[in-house]
Amino acid sequence: MTELVIIGGGPAGMSAAIAAYEAGIRDVLIIERDEALGGILQQCIHNGFGLHKFGEELTGPEYAWRYEKRVRELGIAFKLGTMVLDISKDKVITATNPEDGMFRIEARAIILAMGCRERSKGALNIAGTRPAGIYSAGTAQKYVNMKGYLPGKEIVILGSGDIGLIMARRMTLEGAKVKMVCELMPFSSGLARNIEQCLNDFDIPLKLSHTVVEIHGKERVEGVTIARVDENRKPIEETREFVPCDTLLLSVGLIPENELSKKIGVKLSPITGGAEVDEKRQTSVPGVFACGNVLHVHDLVDFVSEEAEIAGRAAAEYIMEEVAEMQEYVEIETDGRIRYTVPQKTLRGDDVTVFFRVGNVARNVKINVYSGERLVLTKRKSRVAPGEMESVVLSSEILESAKKLRFCLEEE
Amino acid sequence: MERKLTCIVCPLGCELCAVLDGKSVVSVSGNTCRRGEKYAIEECTDPRRTVTTTVRCSDGGVVAVKTDCAVAKKDMAECMKIINNFVAHLPIAIGDIIIKDVFGSNVVATQNKE
Ligand SMILES: Cc1cc2nc3c(=O)[nH]c(=O)nc-3n(C[C@H](O)[C@H](O)[C@H](O)COP(=O)(O)OP(=O)(O)OC[C@H]3O[C@@H](n4cnc5c(N)ncnc54)[C@H](O)[C@@H]3O)c2cc1C
Repeated sequence: MTELVIIGGGPAGMSAAIAAYEAGIRDVLIIERDEALGGILQQCIHNGFGLHKFGEELTGPEYAWRYEKRVRELGIAFKLGTMVLDISKDKVITATNPEDGMFRIEARAIILAMGCRERSKGALNIAGTRPAGIYSAGTAQKYVNMKGYLPGKEIVILGSGDIGLIMARRMTLEGAKVKMVCELMPFSSGLARNIEQCLNDFDIPLKLSHTVVEIHGKERVEGVTIARVDENRKPIEETREFVPCDTLLLSVGLIPENELSKKIGVKLSPITGGAEVDEKRQTSVPGVFACGNVLHVHDLVDFVSEEAEIAGRAAAEYIMEEVAEMQEYVEIETDGRIRYTVPQKTLRGDDVTVFFRVGNVARNVKINVYSGERLVLTKRKSRVAPGEMESVVLSSEILESAKKLRFCLEEE
Repeated sequence: MERKLTCIVCPLGCELCAVLDGKSVVSVSGNTCRRGEKYAIEECTDPRRTVTTTVRCSDGGVVAVKTDCAVAKKDMAECMKIINNFVAHLPIAIGDIIIKDVFGSNVVATQNKE
């Protein structure tokens, strides 16, 4: 029996392991399928990580190294090149690697930290051929930054998520011509600063309300047809335009990687694609916690680390049986304009920070939190956007008197 | 004259407005911190960026690097050329200086590689 097994050795897994260790748990094992710790950050060589957590601008690998160094200093065990295949309802983990073959580990508590993967769906709906030269932005990032290989010379990017924006700059710096970034929605899902420093710096056009409707080319991509879309996101025929290129990058979003969570029977949220959790990031299965991108997609790794620390400490409490006696949860609902919150429910006692995302861009709004009919909290925002995670702090006083809280986005 | 900018210092991405008199900045608004003001002034007078990229290694692979301070925007392309013509010898530890004084900045490793 291992006390705590953490699945995934990215920033979430490492922070959770360190927090659990510091809370007194020594028997911790991180299982990582890659040959190195660090997760997706290994390929995110750009800077912009850690400003919140460390007060300095780090690159992805530098941020990851701060945690890996700590994991090594503390002597926390990790197995690399090891893939978790299954987790049973009684917390028996089945994993495999070339050295040990297939093996089982029984865990008292488990932290899920498997990250997310890129959506590929966008590609399937496009008409035309399927020649070589179509990549997800993350795959292209791995080629360029880890293998030193540029996948194309003339690029069109579909989707204006941060990875697409970062890759527009990266490939331009390496000498490729990025012709445009097309975004289906009337707004970008990427951070404003990435539009500025990745597109505007290099005069790369961002075409909002545009999509790729057809891919051309037999063996290799020879071009794409783009079109403007109407308010129902349907392409407008008369606006079709051929753009020659040899590469199409897709940056159409990320989804939490929860195949394993389903096997344990963890209840998933249809909106986030991740587990439903309480304020300790405990899932519907006692002793199973989730944090990082496997729980909900984060834009900033700093918040991944913080969330993972919460999960790590909570797992330690669970193992040491310091869990508070059964109490009733305060449920958190949203009005739809706010799409979801994490956590989705919380116990009373401490102040709790609740993270959330909105469904649409809006200006001069209020985040109103209601307990029944009563308005208990208001936060003003000059601008909210789906690409930017927001948060409010629910004080212990608010929670003390509440049964159910409702998060609403309302006009000023 | 007024110049609208998006601050790139942190993920907030504040919308800044710099008022210019000729080439010098008279006032900055829209920023929510001191760094924003500094950014707006620099962006209007001497725009700079940190370059993050990779450098070829003696084993044929690559290692991630950055300029340890920001270089002038106009020198970015030339800076990339210098880095891309260089071959680094292994092993490399995070923080090692790979190339000295490229437009006033050192190119340092941001990754370990054996
Ligand atoms: C391209 C890109 C650019 C980004 N840019 C920024 C930025 O500028 N600033 C910023 O703050 N944040 C940025 N982020 C966000 C940040 O990098 C992520 O939020 C963070 O890395 C998520 O950490 P994680 O540990 O949850 O997931 P990951 O880093 O994805 O780690 C998950 C780990 O779990 C492992 N794993 C999965 N399944 C299994 C299994 N079955 N068995 C064993 N191991 C498994 C994976 O191999 C992986 O190593 C960016 C993200 C991406 C993708």
